[in-house]
Amino acid sequence: MDKELKSKDGVILTKGAVIREPGSTKKYKTGDWRTFKPSIDQEKCIKCGKCWLNCPDAAIYKDKDGKFQINYDYCKGCLICAKVCPVKAIGFVVEEK
Amino acid sequence: MVEKKVMSGSEAIALAVKLCKPLVLPMYPITPSTLVPEKLSEFVANGELNAQMIYVESEHSAISALYGAYATGVRSFTATASQGLALMHEIIPIVSASRFPAVMFIANRALSGPLSIWNDHSDSMSERDQGWIQLFCEDIQEAFDTIIMAYKIAEKENVSLPIMVCADGFILTHVYEPVQIEEQEKITDFVGTYNPKDFLDTKNPKTFGAFAQPNTYFEFKEQVQDAMMEALKEIKNVNEEFGKKFKRKYGDGLIELIEMQDAEYALLIAGSTIGTAREVVKDLRKKGKKVGLIKLKSVRPFPTKELILASKKLKGLGIIDRHISLGYEGALCTETKAALVKEKVNVTGFIAGLGGRDIDRERIRHAFDLIINGKEGVWLK
Repeated sequence: MDKELKSKDGVILTKGAVIREPGSTKKYKTGDWRTFKPSIDQEKCIKCGKCWLNCPDAAIYKDKDGKFQINYDYCKGCLICAKVCPVKAIGFVVEEK
Repeated sequence: MVEKKVMSGSEAIALAVKLCKPLVLPMYPITPSTLVPEKLSEFVANGELNAQMIYVESEHSAISALYGAYATGVRSFTATASQGLALMHEIIPIVSASRFPAVMFIANRALSGPLSIWNDHSDSMSERDQGWIQLFCEDIQEAFDTIIMAYKIAEKENVSLPIMVCADGFILTHVYEPVQIEEQEKITDFVGTYNPKDFLDTKNPKTFGAFAQPNTYFEFKEQVQDAMMEALKEIKNVNEEFGKKFKRKYGDGLIELIEMQDAEYALLIAGSTIGTAREVVKDLRKKGKKVGLIKLKSVRPFPTKELILASKKLKGLGIIDRHISLGYEGALCTETKAALVKEKVNVTGFIAGLGGRDIDRERIRHAFDLIINGKEGVWLK
Protein backbone atom coordinates (compact mmCIF):
# COMPACT_ATOMS: atom_id res chain seq x y z
CA MET A 1 0.00 0.00 0.00
CA ASP A 2 3.01 2.27 -0.47
CA LYS A 3 1.27 4.79 -2.71
CA GLU A 4 3.70 6.88 -4.74
CA LEU A 5 2.27 10.34 -4.30
CA LYS A 6 3.58 13.40 -6.06
CA SER A 7 3.89 16.99 -4.95
CA LYS A 8 2.23 19.75 -7.02
CA ASP A 9 5.45 20.21 -8.99
CA GLY A 10 5.89 16.50 -9.68
CA VAL A 11 8.38 15.43 -6.98
CA ILE A 12 7.74 11.80 -5.95
CA LEU A 13 6.81 11.68 -2.27
CA THR A 14 8.17 8.33 -1.08
CA LYS A 15 7.19 6.95 2.29
CA GLY A 16 9.53 8.43 4.88
CA ALA A 17 11.10 10.78 2.31
CA VAL A 18 13.59 8.09 1.31
CA ILE A 19 15.51 8.73 -1.91
CA ARG A 20 15.86 5.50 -3.86
CA GLU A 21 18.24 6.81 -6.51
CA PRO A 22 21.82 7.54 -5.36
CA GLY A 23 23.62 10.79 -6.16
CA SER A 24 20.55 13.02 -6.15
CA THR A 25 22.47 15.93 -4.63
CA LYS A 26 24.03 16.52 -8.08
CA LYS A 27 20.64 17.57 -9.36
CA TYR A 28 20.35 20.25 -6.75
CA LYS A 29 22.26 23.16 -8.26
CA THR A 30 23.19 25.50 -5.47
CA GLY A 31 24.99 28.00 -7.71
CA ASP A 32 21.98 30.28 -7.76
CA TRP A 33 22.45 31.06 -4.04
CA ARG A 34 25.56 33.02 -5.08
CA THR A 35 25.94 36.77 -4.53
CA PHE A 36 29.71 37.06 -5.20
CA LYS A 37 31.01 35.42 -8.34
CA PRO A 38 34.72 34.50 -8.12
CA SER A 39 36.93 34.07 -11.15
CA ILE A 40 40.48 32.78 -11.55
CA ASP A 41 43.08 34.84 -13.40
CA GLN A 42 44.87 31.99 -15.18
CA GLU A 43 47.96 34.18 -15.88
CA LYS A 44 48.56 34.83 -12.17
CA CYS A 45 47.63 31.29 -11.07
CA ILE A 46 50.62 29.16 -9.93
CA LYS A 47 48.51 25.95 -9.81
CA CYS A 48 49.21 25.35 -6.10
CA GLY A 49 45.71 23.84 -5.70
CA LYS A 50 44.89 25.64 -2.44
CA CYS A 51 41.54 26.86 -3.82
CA TRP A 52 40.65 23.32 -4.93
CA LEU A 53 41.60 21.94 -1.51
CA ASN A 54 39.69 24.54 0.48
CA CYS A 55 36.49 24.88 -1.55
CA PRO A 56 33.79 23.59 0.87
CA ASP A 57 31.51 22.58 -2.02
CA ALA A 58 34.14 20.86 -4.21
CA ALA A 59 33.12 23.34 -6.90
CA ILE A 60 36.71 23.85 -8.16
CA TYR A 61 38.16 21.29 -10.52
CA LYS A 62 41.24 20.77 -12.67
CA ASP A 63 40.48 20.79 -16.38
CA LYS A 64 42.25 18.66 -19.01
CA ASP A 65 44.92 21.33 -19.51
CA GLY A 66 45.75 21.30 -15.78
CA LYS A 67 44.04 24.63 -15.12
CA PHE A 68 41.86 25.16 -12.08
CA GLN A 69 38.28 26.12 -13.01
CA ILE A 70 35.12 26.99 -11.08
CA ASN A 71 31.92 25.01 -11.55
CA TYR A 72 29.30 27.77 -11.33
CA ASP A 73 26.45 25.21 -11.05
CA TYR A 74 27.55 24.59 -7.46
CA CYS A 75 29.77 27.57 -6.45
CA LYS A 76 27.86 29.48 -3.75
CA GLY A 77 30.29 32.42 -3.80
CA CYS A 78 31.73 32.05 -0.30
CA LEU A 79 35.09 33.43 -1.58
CA ILE A 80 37.20 31.11 0.60
CA CYS A 81 39.16 30.41 -2.62
CA ALA A 82 40.00 34.12 -2.99
CA LYS A 83 41.02 34.31 0.68
CA VAL A 84 43.43 31.32 0.52
CA CYS A 85 44.99 32.16 -2.88
CA PRO A 86 48.66 33.01 -2.10
CA VAL A 87 49.12 35.07 -5.30
CA LYS A 88 45.74 36.87 -5.28
CA ALA A 89 44.78 35.32 -8.59
CA ILE A 90 41.10 35.03 -7.61
CA GLY A 91 38.94 38.12 -7.83
CA PHE A 92 35.18 38.51 -7.74
CA VAL A 93 32.29 40.60 -8.94
CA VAL A 94 28.86 41.14 -7.37
CA GLU A 95 26.51 39.04 -9.42
CA GLU A 96 23.26 40.73 -10.36
CA LYS A 97 20.35 38.55 -11.42
CA MET B 1 1.92 -24.07 28.20
CA VAL B 2 0.58 -20.66 29.11
CA GLU B 3 2.03 -19.66 32.41
CA LYS B 4 1.12 -17.02 34.90
CA LYS B 5 4.07 -15.57 36.77
CA VAL B 6 4.37 -12.90 39.41
CA MET B 7 6.81 -10.29 38.18
CA SER B 8 7.56 -6.57 38.22
CA GLY B 9 6.27 -4.33 35.45
CA SER B 10 9.76 -3.73 34.09
CA GLU B 11 10.49 -7.46 33.93
CA ALA B 12 7.20 -8.13 32.15
CA ILE B 13 7.95 -5.42 29.59
CA ALA B 14 11.47 -6.76 28.99
CA LEU B 15 10.01 -10.25 28.55
CA ALA B 16 7.40 -9.01 26.06
CA VAL B 17 10.16 -7.27 24.09
CA LYS B 18 12.28 -10.43 24.11
CA LEU B 19 9.35 -12.45 22.76
CA CYS B 20 9.04 -9.99 19.82
CA LYS B 21 12.71 -10.72 18.96
CA PRO B 22 14.23 -7.30 18.27
CA LEU B 23 17.73 -7.39 16.76
CA VAL B 24 19.17 -4.10 18.08
CA LEU B 25 18.80 -2.69 21.60
CA PRO B 26 20.41 0.74 22.06
CA MET B 27 20.10 1.43 25.76
CA TYR B 28 20.84 4.17 28.23
CA PRO B 29 19.33 3.18 31.54
CA ILE B 30 17.26 5.74 33.43
CA THR B 31 15.09 5.46 36.53
CA PRO B 32 12.45 4.02 36.62
CA SER B 33 12.80 2.01 33.40
CA THR B 34 16.36 0.89 34.34
CA LEU B 35 15.24 -2.66 34.95
CA VAL B 36 13.99 -3.01 31.36
CA PRO B 37 17.46 -2.68 29.75
CA GLU B 38 18.95 -4.62 32.67
CA LYS B 39 16.67 -7.60 32.05
CA LEU B 40 17.18 -7.38 28.28
CA SER B 41 20.97 -7.36 28.70
CA GLU B 42 20.61 -10.52 30.80
CA PHE B 43 18.60 -12.18 28.05
CA VAL B 44 21.29 -11.25 25.51
CA ALA B 45 24.14 -12.34 27.83
CA ASN B 46 22.66 -15.75 28.62
CA GLY B 47 21.82 -16.43 24.99
CA GLU B 48 18.04 -16.28 25.30
CA LEU B 49 17.85 -13.32 22.93
CA ASN B 50 19.96 -12.99 19.81
CA ALA B 51 20.28 -9.20 19.65
CA GLN B 52 22.96 -6.54 19.54
CA MET B 53 22.93 -4.55 22.76
CA ILE B 54 24.45 -1.07 22.29
CA TYR B 55 25.44 0.72 25.48
CA VAL B 56 25.23 4.37 24.43
CA GLU B 57 26.41 7.51 26.22
CA SER B 58 23.04 9.31 26.42
CA GLU B 59 19.38 9.02 25.50
CA HIS B 60 20.06 11.28 22.51
CA SER B 61 22.41 8.56 21.28
CA ALA B 62 19.97 5.79 22.20
CA ILE B 63 17.26 7.18 19.93
CA SER B 64 19.84 8.03 17.24
CA ALA B 65 21.09 4.43 17.29
CA LEU B 66 17.48 3.24 17.20
CA TYR B 67 17.03 5.37 14.08
CA GLY B 68 20.16 3.83 12.59
CA ALA B 69 18.99 0.32 13.39
CA TYR B 70 15.67 0.93 11.67
CA ALA B 71 17.46 2.47 8.68
CA THR B 72 19.16 -0.91 8.25
CA GLY B 73 15.71 -2.48 8.28
CA VAL B 74 15.61 -4.41 11.55
CA ARG B 75 13.14 -4.53 14.42
CA SER B 76 14.59 -2.76 17.47
CA PHE B 77 13.67 -1.35 20.87
CA THR B 78 14.66 1.17 23.51
CA ALA B 79 13.20 2.45 26.77
CA THR B 80 13.38 5.73 28.62
CA ALA B 81 11.56 8.16 30.90
CA SER B 82 11.34 11.79 31.92
CA GLN B 83 14.54 13.80 31.27
CA GLY B 84 15.76 10.95 29.08
CA LEU B 85 12.78 11.37 26.77
CA ALA B 86 13.27 15.14 26.83
CA LEU B 87 16.88 14.65 25.69
CA MET B 88 15.60 12.48 22.83
CA HIS B 89 13.27 15.25 21.68
CA GLU B 90 15.45 16.40 18.78
CA ILE B 91 15.41 12.96 17.14
CA ILE B 92 11.82 11.97 18.04
CA PRO B 93 10.14 13.68 15.03
CA ILE B 94 12.87 12.44 12.66
CA VAL B 95 11.99 8.82 13.49
CA SER B 96 8.30 9.38 12.72
CA ALA B 97 8.99 11.42 9.57
CA SER B 98 11.20 8.55 8.35
CA ARG B 99 8.21 6.26 9.03
CA PHE B 100 10.26 3.81 11.10
CA PRO B 101 7.98 1.50 13.13
CA ALA B 102 10.09 1.74 16.28
CA VAL B 103 8.73 0.70 19.66
CA MET B 104 9.90 2.55 22.76
CA PHE B 105 8.79 1.99 26.33
CA ILE B 106 8.17 5.09 28.44
CA ALA B 107 8.07 4.63 32.21
CA ASN B 108 6.07 7.82 32.74
CA ARG B 109 7.74 10.20 35.14
CA ALA B 110 7.66 13.91 35.99
CA LEU B 111 9.98 16.25 34.13
CA SER B 112 12.49 17.83 36.46
CA GLY B 113 12.11 21.35 37.77
CA PRO B 114 12.17 20.80 40.72
CA LEU B 115 14.07 17.53 40.39
CA SER B 116 11.73 14.58 40.73
CA ILE B 117 11.98 10.87 40.10
CA TRP B 118 8.27 10.17 40.61
CA ASN B 119 5.39 9.46 38.32
CA ASP B 120 3.29 11.78 36.22
CA HIS B 121 2.62 12.11 32.49
CA SER B 122 4.52 15.31 31.71
CA ASP B 123 7.29 13.48 29.82
CA SER B 124 5.22 11.73 27.15
CA MET B 125 2.49 14.39 27.01
CA SER B 126 5.20 16.88 26.04
CA GLU B 127 6.05 14.67 23.03
CA ARG B 128 2.53 14.10 21.76
CA ASP B 129 2.83 16.36 18.71
CA GLN B 130 5.77 14.50 17.15
CA GLY B 131 4.15 11.78 15.05
CA TRP B 132 4.52 8.91 17.53
CA ILE B 133 1.53 6.78 18.45
CA GLN B 134 1.08 6.86 22.23
CA LEU B 135 -0.63 3.96 23.99
CA PHE B 136 -1.18 4.10 27.76
CA CYS B 137 -1.51 1.09 30.04
CA GLU B 138 -3.56 0.44 33.17
CA ASP B 139 -1.75 -2.56 34.61
CA ILE B 140 1.26 -4.81 34.04
CA GLN B 141 -0.61 -7.36 31.94
CA GLU B 142 -1.76 -4.54 29.67
CA ALA B 143 1.80 -3.22 29.39
CA PHE B 144 3.02 -6.72 28.42
CA ASP B 145 0.23 -7.09 25.84
CA THR B 146 0.61 -3.55 24.51
CA ILE B 147 4.29 -4.09 23.64
CA ILE B 148 3.27 -7.08 21.52
CA MET B 149 0.38 -5.21 19.89
CA ALA B 150 2.62 -2.17 19.34
CA TYR B 151 5.02 -4.00 17.01
CA LYS B 152 2.11 -5.29 14.96
CA ILE B 153 0.39 -1.88 14.73
CA ALA B 154 3.61 0.03 14.00
CA GLU B 155 4.71 -2.37 11.25
CA LYS B 156 1.41 -2.25 9.33
CA GLU B 157 2.20 -0.96 5.83
CA ASN B 158 -0.40 1.80 6.01
CA VAL B 159 0.74 2.92 9.48
CA SER B 160 4.58 2.69 9.53
CA LEU B 161 4.83 4.94 12.56
CA PRO B 162 6.78 4.64 15.81
CA ILE B 163 4.97 3.88 19.06
CA MET B 164 5.56 4.92 22.65
CA VAL B 165 4.12 2.35 25.05
CA CYS B 166 3.48 4.39 28.19
CA ALA B 167 3.09 2.94 31.67
CA ASP B 168 3.20 4.79 34.96
CA GLY B 169 6.70 4.82 36.42
CA PHE B 170 7.04 3.08 39.81
CA ILE B 171 3.27 2.50 40.01
CA LEU B 172 3.54 -0.11 37.25
CA THR B 173 7.28 -0.55 36.66
CA HIS B 174 8.15 -1.49 40.24
CA VAL B 175 4.96 -3.25 41.31
CA TYR B 176 4.66 -7.05 41.22
CA GLU B 177 1.56 -8.55 39.65
CA PRO B 178 0.66 -11.92 38.17
CA VAL B 179 1.22 -11.77 34.39
CA GLN B 180 0.05 -14.27 31.85
CA ILE B 181 3.09 -15.02 29.69
CA GLU B 182 2.16 -16.21 26.23
CA GLU B 183 4.07 -18.81 24.26
CA GLN B 184 6.87 -17.73 21.93
CA GLU B 185 5.31 -19.50 18.96
CA LYS B 186 1.96 -17.75 19.34
CA ILE B 187 3.60 -14.33 19.71
CA THR B 188 5.87 -14.87 16.69
CA ASP B 189 2.84 -15.92 14.70
CA PHE B 190 0.89 -12.85 15.87
CA VAL B 191 3.60 -10.23 15.38
CA GLY B 192 5.01 -11.65 12.14
CA THR B 193 8.31 -10.68 10.55
CA TYR B 194 9.47 -7.20 9.66
CA ASN B 195 10.46 -6.79 6.02
CA PRO B 196 10.64 -3.11 5.03
CA LYS B 197 10.88 -2.08 1.41
CA ASP B 198 13.59 0.50 2.00
CA PHE B 199 16.72 -0.07 4.07
CA LEU B 200 20.43 0.73 3.91
CA ASP B 201 22.22 -1.63 1.59
CA THR B 202 25.60 -0.99 -0.06
CA LYS B 203 24.49 -2.93 -3.16
CA ASN B 204 21.43 -0.72 -3.60
CA PRO B 205 22.28 2.66 -2.07
CA LYS B 206 19.46 4.89 -0.83
CA THR B 207 19.30 8.16 1.07
CA PHE B 208 17.53 8.46 4.41
CA GLY B 209 16.95 11.72 6.23
CA ALA B 210 17.38 13.94 3.20
CA PHE B 211 16.57 17.64 3.04
CA ALA B 212 12.99 18.55 2.07
CA GLN B 213 12.34 21.86 0.38
CA PRO B 214 9.19 23.92 1.03
CA ASN B 215 7.63 22.23 -2.04
CA THR B 216 7.62 18.82 -0.29
CA TYR B 217 8.06 19.19 3.52
CA PHE B 218 4.38 20.08 3.90
CA GLU B 219 3.26 16.94 2.05
CA PHE B 220 5.58 14.69 4.07
CA LYS B 221 3.96 15.97 7.26
CA GLU B 222 0.55 15.40 5.70
CA GLN B 223 1.55 11.76 5.05
CA VAL B 224 2.33 11.29 8.75
CA GLN B 225 -1.07 12.75 9.64
CA ASP B 226 -2.77 10.42 7.12
CA ALA B 227 -0.89 7.45 8.62
CA MET B 228 -2.11 8.50 12.09
CA MET B 229 -5.69 8.38 10.79
CA GLU B 230 -4.98 4.89 9.41
CA ALA B 231 -3.64 3.96 12.83
CA LEU B 232 -7.05 4.75 14.36
CA LYS B 233 -8.40 1.80 12.35
CA GLU B 234 -5.40 -0.49 12.72
CA ILE B 235 -5.17 -0.11 16.51
CA LYS B 236 -8.76 -1.34 16.66
CA ASN B 237 -8.04 -4.20 14.24
CA VAL B 238 -4.95 -5.37 16.09
CA ASN B 239 -6.80 -5.20 19.42
CA GLU B 240 -9.54 -7.44 17.93
CA GLU B 241 -6.98 -9.89 16.51
CA PHE B 242 -5.20 -9.95 19.85
CA GLY B 243 -8.52 -10.66 21.56
CA LYS B 244 -9.20 -13.62 19.27
CA LYS B 245 -5.75 -15.12 19.72
CA PHE B 246 -5.08 -14.47 23.40
CA LYS B 247 -8.63 -14.19 24.81
CA ARG B 248 -8.28 -10.70 26.24
CA LYS B 249 -8.48 -7.22 24.77
CA TYR B 250 -8.63 -3.60 25.82
CA GLY B 251 -11.91 -1.89 24.98
CA ASP B 252 -11.92 -1.14 21.26
CA GLY B 253 -8.15 -0.62 21.38
CA LEU B 254 -8.45 3.17 21.54
CA ILE B 255 -10.76 3.64 24.52
CA GLU B 256 -12.43 1.35 27.01
CA LEU B 257 -15.83 2.12 28.50
CA ILE B 258 -16.53 1.16 32.09
CA GLU B 259 -20.14 1.34 33.37
CA MET B 260 -20.97 3.83 30.61
CA GLN B 261 -24.22 2.35 29.22
CA ASP B 262 -26.53 4.44 31.46
CA ALA B 263 -23.96 6.79 33.01
CA GLU B 264 -24.83 10.46 33.52
CA TYR B 265 -21.43 11.51 34.85
CA ALA B 266 -18.02 10.15 33.96
CA LEU B 267 -14.30 10.66 34.35
CA LEU B 268 -11.83 10.28 31.51
CA ILE B 269 -8.42 8.99 32.63
CA ALA B 270 -5.27 7.61 31.00
CA GLY B 271 -2.91 5.19 32.76
CA SER B 272 -2.93 3.27 36.01
CA THR B 273 -5.34 5.63 37.85
CA ILE B 274 -8.16 3.84 36.01
CA GLY B 275 -7.59 0.86 38.33
CA THR B 276 -8.36 2.95 41.42
CA ALA B 277 -11.23 4.73 39.68
CA ARG B 278 -12.89 1.37 38.87
CA GLU B 279 -13.20 0.76 42.62
CA VAL B 280 -14.65 4.23 43.22
CA VAL B 281 -17.21 3.67 40.47
CA LYS B 282 -18.23 0.34 42.06
CA ASP B 283 -18.81 2.10 45.42
CA LEU B 284 -20.74 4.98 43.85
CA ARG B 285 -22.87 2.59 41.79
CA LYS B 286 -23.83 0.77 45.00
CA LYS B 287 -25.09 4.12 46.28
CA GLY B 288 -27.21 4.52 43.15
CA LYS B 289 -25.05 7.12 41.39
CA LYS B 290 -25.03 6.75 37.62
CA VAL B 291 -21.30 7.12 37.09
CA GLY B 292 -18.86 5.63 34.60
CA LEU B 293 -15.32 5.80 33.30
CA ILE B 294 -13.67 6.37 29.97
CA LYS B 295 -10.22 4.83 29.84
CA LEU B 296 -8.17 6.63 27.22
CA LYS B 297 -5.67 4.13 25.87
CA SER B 298 -4.66 5.91 22.67
CA VAL B 299 -3.63 9.50 23.30
CA ARG B 300 -2.17 9.69 19.77
CA PRO B 301 -3.97 9.23 17.48
CA PHE B 302 -6.73 10.92 19.48
CA PRO B 303 -9.99 8.95 19.19
CA THR B 304 -12.33 11.90 18.59
CA LYS B 305 -15.24 9.94 17.08
CA GLU B 306 -15.19 7.27 19.76
CA LEU B 307 -15.10 9.91 22.51
CA ILE B 308 -18.09 11.76 21.05
CA LEU B 309 -20.08 8.52 20.85
CA ALA B 310 -19.13 7.53 24.38
CA SER B 311 -19.85 10.84 26.07
CA LYS B 312 -22.44 12.84 24.12
CA LYS B 313 -25.32 11.71 26.36
CA LEU B 314 -23.51 12.54 29.59
CA LYS B 315 -24.50 15.48 31.80
CA GLY B 316 -20.96 15.98 33.00
CA LEU B 317 -17.51 14.71 32.09
CA GLY B 318 -14.38 15.30 34.16
CA ILE B 319 -10.88 14.82 32.79
CA ILE B 320 -8.12 13.82 35.19
CA ASP B 321 -4.82 15.03 33.76
CA ARG B 322 -1.60 13.81 35.32
CA HIS B 323 0.10 16.69 33.55
CA ILE B 324 -0.48 20.39 33.00
CA SER B 325 0.22 22.59 30.01
CA LEU B 326 1.41 25.44 32.19
CA GLY B 327 -0.36 28.66 31.36
CA TYR B 328 -3.52 26.85 30.31
CA GLU B 329 -4.85 23.52 31.63
CA GLY B 330 -4.40 19.77 31.34
CA ALA B 331 -3.76 18.77 27.74
CA LEU B 332 -6.24 15.88 27.73
CA CYS B 333 -8.86 18.30 29.05
CA THR B 334 -8.22 20.75 26.20
CA GLU B 335 -8.34 17.97 23.63
CA THR B 336 -11.50 16.37 25.00
CA LYS B 337 -13.23 19.77 25.12
CA ALA B 338 -12.28 20.32 21.49
CA ALA B 339 -13.64 16.88 20.52
CA LEU B 340 -16.95 17.60 22.29
CA VAL B 341 -17.34 21.21 21.20
CA LYS B 342 -20.62 20.51 19.37
CA GLU B 343 -22.09 18.38 22.19
CA LYS B 344 -24.00 19.58 25.22
CA VAL B 345 -21.95 17.70 27.80
CA ASN B 346 -20.36 19.85 30.46
CA VAL B 347 -16.59 19.17 30.40
CA THR B 348 -14.22 20.18 33.17
CA GLY B 349 -10.63 19.34 34.03
CA PHE B 350 -8.78 18.15 37.12
CA ILE B 351 -5.03 18.31 37.64
CA ALA B 352 -3.79 15.42 39.76
CA GLY B 353 -0.81 13.30 40.66
CA LEU B 354 1.95 15.71 39.65
CA GLY B 355 5.42 14.54 40.66
CA GLY B 356 4.18 11.33 42.25
CA ARG B 357 1.35 12.71 44.41
CA ASP B 358 -1.15 9.89 45.02
CA ILE B 359 -4.44 9.85 43.15
CA ASP B 360 -6.37 7.85 45.74
CA ARG B 361 -10.06 6.90 46.02
CA GLU B 362 -10.85 9.99 48.06
CA ARG B 363 -9.52 12.34 45.39
CA ILE B 364 -11.38 10.50 42.63
CA ARG B 365 -14.58 10.53 44.71
CA HIS B 366 -14.09 14.28 45.20
CA ALA B 367 -13.81 14.74 41.42
CA PHE B 368 -17.06 12.82 40.93
CA ASP B 369 -18.76 14.94 43.65
CA LEU B 370 -17.78 18.13 41.89
CA ILE B 371 -18.97 17.09 38.41
CA ILE B 372 -22.23 15.64 39.79
CA ASN B 373 -22.88 19.01 41.47
CA GLY B 374 -22.06 20.94 38.31
CA LYS B 375 -18.91 22.49 39.76
CA GLU B 376 -15.69 23.35 37.94
CA GLY B 377 -12.65 21.09 38.11
CA VAL B 378 -9.93 21.71 40.67
CA TRP B 379 -6.38 20.63 41.47
CA LEU B 380 -6.81 17.34 43.32
CA LYS B 381 -4.05 18.12 45.80
